[in-house]
Amino acid sequence: MTSVTETPGLAMSRINPGAIIRWTILFIGGVLMVTPLLYMFSTSLKTPGQIYDLRLIPAEPTLANYIEVLREGDFMRWFINSSIVAVVVTLSNLFFDSLVGYTLAKFKFRGRRFVFIAILSTLMIPTEMLVIPWYLMSAQFGWLDTYWGIMFPGMTTAFGTFLMKQFFETVPDDFLEAARIDGMNEFTIWWKIAMPLVTPALSALAIFTFLGNWTAFFWPLIVTTSKELYTLPIGLTSFAVEQAIRWEMIMTGAALATIPTLVIFLVLQRFIVRGVMLAGLKG
Amino acid sequence: MVHPTSSDTVPTHPIRPAPRLSMRTRSALWVWGFLAIPVLFYCVIRFYPTFNAFWLSLTDWDLMSEAEFIGFENYRRMFADPDFWQTFRNTFEYLVFGTPISLLIAFVVAYYLDRVRFAHNFLRALYFMPYITTAAAMAWVWRWFYQPPPTGLINSALGEMGFGQIEFLGSTSNALPAIMVTAIWAGLGFQIIIFMAGLRAIPDTYYEAARIDGLGEWTILRKITLPLLKPTTVFLVVFISIAFLRIFDQVYNMTTNDPGGPLGTTEPLVLMIYQTAFSSYDMGYAAAQTVVLFTILLVVSLLQLWILRDRA
Amino acid sequence: MQKRILMAGISAAACISAASAASAVEIEYWQYIYDTRVDAMDQLIESFEEANPDITVKQVTFPYADYQTRIVAANMARKGPDVMQLFYGWADKFIAGKLIQPLPEDTFPAAEIEEEFFPIVSAMKRDGQYYGLPTAVRSLALFYNKDLFEEAGLDGPPETLDELVEYGKKLTVKNDAGNFETVGLTLDMAGQDHQWWREVLVRQMGGVPYNDDYTEVTYDDEAGIAALEYYTDLGKKHGIGEPGFMDEGQAAFRAGRAAMTIDGTFRLGSFNSIEDFEWGVAELPANDEGVQSNYASYFANAIGSSAEGEELEAAVKFLDYISSPEAMQVWLEVVGELPARRAAAETEENMSDPIYGPFLAALPYAHTTLFVDEAAQRQTAIDMANRVFLQDQPVADAVAEAAEEEQAIIDDARD
Repeated sequence: MTSVTETPGLAMSRINPGAIIRWTILFIGGVLMVTPLLYMFSTSLKTPGQIYDLRLIPAEPTLANYIEVLREGDFMRWFINSSIVAVVVTLSNLFFDSLVGYTLAKFKFRGRRFVFIAILSTLMIPTEMLVIPWYLMSAQFGWLDTYWGIMFPGMTTAFGTFLMKQFFETVPDDFLEAARIDGMNEFTIWWKIAMPLVTPALSALAIFTFLGNWTAFFWPLIVTTSKELYTLPIGLTSFAVEQAIRWEMIMTGAALATIPTLVIFLVLQRFIVRGVMLAGLKG
Repeated sequence: MVHPTSSDTVPTHPIRPAPRLSMRTRSALWVWGFLAIPVLFYCVIRFYPTFNAFWLSLTDWDLMSEAEFIGFENYRRMFADPDFWQTFRNTFEYLVFGTPISLLIAFVVAYYLDRVRFAHNFLRALYFMPYITTAAAMAWVWRWFYQPPPTGLINSALGEMGFGQIEFLGSTSNALPAIMVTAIWAGLGFQIIIFMAGLRAIPDTYYEAARIDGLGEWTILRKITLPLLKPTTVFLVVFISIAFLRIFDQVYNMTTNDPGGPLGTTEPLVLMIYQTAFSSYDMGYAAAQTVVLFTILLVVSLLQLWILRDRA
Repeated sequence: MQKRILMAGISAAACISAASAASAVEIEYWQYIYDTRVDAMDQLIESFEEANPDITVKQVTFPYADYQTRIVAANMARKGPDVMQLFYGWADKFIAGKLIQPLPEDTFPAAEIEEEFFPIVSAMKRDGQYYGLPTAVRSLALFYNKDLFEEAGLDGPPETLDELVEYGKKLTVKNDAGNFETVGLTLDMAGQDHQWWREVLVRQMGGVPYNDDYTEVTYDDEAGIAALEYYTDLGKKHGIGEPGFMDEGQAAFRAGRAAMTIDGTFRLGSFNSIEDFEWGVAELPANDEGVQSNYASYFANAIGSSAEGEELEAAVKFLDYISSPEAMQVWLEVVGELPARRAAAETEENMSDPIYGPFLAALPYAHTTLFVDEAAQRQTAIDMANRVFLQDQPVADAVAEAAEEEQAIIDDARD
């Protein structure tokens, strides 16, 4: 994280009453931001009879809802599906986006500009426009309701390629030349020399791709049809509709869908925030 | 019924290029070897479907029978359809209100949060946390908040304080703002972080010079901070605008029993596309709607390029 | 171009299936996933295979939400089922898309079908030919909360529309702030109320919702207006319910916060888990003249268009078996859905059953709506009611607008 000393050190003493008021207001705002999460967890610990009780701390907290939801096993399955999809797509992006980004940044070849512009132009095409052709394609090739069907549209992205290209451009050519003289082949140079130099960018890309795929909704909603293949968001929606407005159960499901990313965030907060800053500034 | 096996088609190794006459240098071989799979991917998964979508928008394809070319009939039908125009208006309502409100809140929070030293990371985490939640999950939480009494949290709280109930999702005027709030809420964390990154990228020397000149805090904000923050702001405006133009998850999950309702007042373009394609199976018509969405997004992106060029 | 790739696949698939068909015939049966339905079908397949050792039936299932898409996708790849279950409302689309073929007249004579089945099977008839037969049917009824009735001093369910209003008023409870604690009747057009309005209330007010072949909307008249007025008055004038209360009508009923709700046989499973109060089922209220109506629906079994030769023969045999009284009894016991044949349904035991009785009693006078796009047509009814509830549009205008919208949907689907 950028250290606090980098912030403009305005002449303002620490016990300035204005600062205290500002801090308090920011704190209240922050608490408001997490209120939905707090109530989600609180309600998931309540019995059906207690959900009309507005208290944040349940009178008699119970894990019964979690036990009931998890007993069916669907949530575990969806969790695994989401993990598989998010991890595979992330790895694929780390590999291909950086490979292409590197090639575009560090090689001079005919057609480079054309390839770059062509890839960049796909940023202008919204997913929504592609889903109908993708759906048709998936139906014909038997990809509907398969992991591959969920994953294939995102295996490499123009955003990631662009991001990686920007970072590879900062890698000095001398490093690569030296490796070439040592007789390394181009693949090894990329993999062993160039890649380690852009790890901050790789982690930013990984965070973005993982989060994006973990929470993805539109395409998985279309391409998955059986419960066994749902990702967490789709599973949660079908679960919520099936529960027919049993709010304590729906909140339990929502909590289960949220816990994994919250845990990841709390553990990796520094990296995630830095990754978002990096990607946001360069992307 | 489960076909996980098809996942083994995930390409994991770049294929070595077969030598071709037209490419002589080793370097070129490596380049195209590196690019082969991604280029193929872009052709099959991005470019072909794009053209396919344009083509489908000119047909009456409905999954059941073969696609027949019908010219611009789908577009004629769309522009004559009051539901389309309502959806179009809704989409812009999300955009026109959602974007400035998000931007303003995000900037104000970022501006002050940036100077906070005490428990900085903790406060930042509070604001950022909603961003990493799943929109589908949080939509259900908000949906519960918005329920009429005796179920909904907000209305129950209002009731206890002796106020009358407010109809949120069941009202034609309040439903769209209610859904928009959840989308704003979910996006703020990201925008705050980006603004903070932008603020920190401004060199301290500017501020020091300003202070030597005796400029007030307000003047510094207007004359230095805001102008230097323009690239960040433009990026965020476009980013948020596109997100609002493509809003779907929240609306879909918050209106499952009357999709886009009540009376279509919350229905955005993407939900209309989804329903036309995957509930009515009117694929040709849906493709025409996606072309309209594409055009809008293209205009927004080009606008960004134009503004940034202007700056340079 | 896509077509050509498909064709290549088809011929390859055809060769394979021809080769394996030599020994015993295997046919595929498709339905959507619903535990009890799948169990019941497993039982039926077992008895069928015992009686026909040369035929094996493979049951293939998909989630309901995507069942239709699956059939269509399979048809695109020419891998469709030999026998499939389909909602009667999809019949037009499936016939137009050549997904199903007419039942052979010799095994399934039309006259016999019409004599033995409830009249609603006619929804599967086109140009004198039947395209499918149901094993079981579902209808609507009034569910009521016996505990709340007792508290309100009522000893039985309402039998007429006027009583429905009167009872509803007695059952409604509001708190000091004027918010509903308990509604008398749930108002939920997105649930089953749109069916109640269309096929029941409109008819009870002396109208007909559509012409005979359901190609024309005919509820834009005094009867339609009276029907919508009755419905919206329940909320606006009598205040016995409000749309959106507890989000869904069935949720309010299950939570014990709605005294009455109109719902279908398919809700029995979910309501059976209610432990907090006693509930009962009654026939939908009649009008002043005693006119009753109901909406019935069903999943029919039909023969896929790809079935030919031996497979077609086997498919016919199988369809015949799953439409038999014996199969219907299994379905009633396992799934809890009503037999589609009069003789199998109207046994003394079934008719006197406090739960099934009211549903069965409605079948002889029930109607089925021939939807072209159920979701879209339901939406017109939801919007119609909402315009009155939320925007105070005059009832007559709301009906006229709905009729126009629905007619457009029907016309669009028919070109």
